[in-house]
Amino acid sequence: MAIIVNKLNYNYNDGGKTTQVLKDISVVIPDGQFLGIIGHTGSGKSTFVQHLNGLLKAGSGTVYYNGEDISDKDYDLKKLRSKVGLVFQYPEHQLFEVDVFKDVCFGPRNLGLEEKKVQLRAFAALKQVGVPEELFYASPFELSGGQKRRVAIAGVLAMEPEVLILDEPTAGLDPKGRDELLEQLAKLQKEREITIILVSHSMEDMANYAERILVMDQGSIVLDGTPKEVFAHDKELEEMGLASPQVTYIMKELKKRGFSVEEKVTTIEEAKKEILNSFKRKVAGC
Amino acid sequence: MLRDITLGQYYQADSCLHRLDPRVKLIGTLAYVISLFLFKNITVYVIAAVFLWSVIKLSKVPFSFMVKGLKPVIMILLLTVVCNMLFTPGTSVISFWKITITYEGLKMAFFMTIRFIMLIVGSTIMTLTTTPNQLTDGLESLLAPLNKIKVPVHEVAMMMAIALRFIPILMEETDKIMKAQIARGADFESGNIIKRVKAMLPLLIPLFVSAFRRANDLAMAMEARCYRGGAGRTKMKPLIYKISDKKALVCVGIYMAVLIAGGILGNRLPI
Repeated sequence: MAIIVNKLNYNYNDGGKTTQVLKDISVVIPDGQFLGIIGHTGSGKSTFVQHLNGLLKAGSGTVYYNGEDISDKDYDLKKLRSKVGLVFQYPEHQLFEVDVFKDVCFGPRNLGLEEKKVQLRAFAALKQVGVPEELFYASPFELSGGQKRRVAIAGVLAMEPEVLILDEPTAGLDPKGRDELLEQLAKLQKEREITIILVSHSMEDMANYAERILVMDQGSIVLDGTPKEVFAHDKELEEMGLASPQVTYIMKELKKRGFSVEEKVTTIEEAKKEILNSFKRKVAGC
Repeated sequence: MLRDITLGQYYQADSCLHRLDPRVKLIGTLAYVISLFLFKNITVYVIAAVFLWSVIKLSKVPFSFMVKGLKPVIMILLLTVVCNMLFTPGTSVISFWKITITYEGLKMAFFMTIRFIMLIVGSTIMTLTTTPNQLTDGLESLLAPLNKIKVPVHEVAMMMAIALRFIPILMEETDKIMKAQIARGADFESGNIIKRVKAMLPLLIPLFVSAFRRANDLAMAMEARCYRGGAGRTKMKPLIYKISDKKALVCVGIYMAVLIAGGILGNRLPI
């Protein structure tokens, strides 16, 4: 019960020129994981996640969902898309209904559920992403950017997917909106035990929330591991135009200046603990 | 599907035709189109074909690329050929049941086909060698005299430039929204016509909203840079006729002269 990607290749054709966007991608994503995907613009992240719910067809290679090949002729792609929900970049651009509630109903209604169930799911999804009830019957075009984003995510959540893929869900949100959204996603992952795949540029978000990180560069996966393992390769990350979280750099610098701290720290919480411990040891040593 | 239409597409290459002033190309194309309709005899088409062939060679655009542009119009072409063959009165060549194919009809169909193909290939060369921006610049400059009779030439040219610029953006946007709605279980492919039209709504509404948003943003950005329309506006790259442009105009003039002479002579000869 997982997503297995085996030697996935994808080429993009434009006026005779062929560019290889994905090169031999092989990865296993177990159920219930909070997976982060980072990579420079144009590294193939977005293309890769679109293969996971069958929106793009692989040039060669296979994607298995729960042990079944999704490129099989008789594989039900519509069902797959209800199981693997994909939230695109700037999802608020897909809103179209007259009110928020109706828009969220669109997904579950397409699944052919009965009306009562559709509405229950829409209600639950809107609650989960933290949209206040008084906005349920407002026009989606009158909401603020952050609220629109939540409504759009609720639109995918209402289909009750087992895997939720989000492509840069925090782009363009203010820090508070970003933290709230990620917090709610982490909660969802724990409560409903769904897999979350988060594509992001923010190393801090990744360090805080992801259990495992894939680093993509020029269409291949170059690093794969826990945030600590991945961010230990800061030189390589910088060569790809990425970086480690800022706090990791601070800890490295502290160590260089003679503080006895662990440098493989990726979140601010850990850093705080490390620094306090270091001072405690100093005081005890005196 | 939309990518196959070469009409109105630019082909990047470095040729003397690409470097030509867009006004010259517009005038040349106009003259060429008129020349095709001036006379109706073989001599004229041979002269036009030679001219067209040398222009194609000069443009450095692969010939196969132009043929691709003909594909979408083949159906229209076939229809005119069939109509011409069947409904032109004259001496009959073959006749069976109620259908008669006449000698005049065949001749007409033949000329129509040649005219049509040469017309399309000729105008395709212009769009293949001229960027949309150059084209609108050229049109604006050529139509400038119309300003005197209060035609807002600059505004029309600006609208054209903006429309052309937005085609690829909106195509990309359509693709994106379509994917997003498919991910939410939308189905654009099955069902009867009414169902399909209804299924387009989740695509069209966000597309229109985004088009309006982009229009608003662009208008703001133009306003912020003090754009106030055409009056007194100068250009960063003003169109100036160079020697090569003058030479090209002379070439077009010679072509027209040869063609008219050929046409008059050809009319005297019995075909």
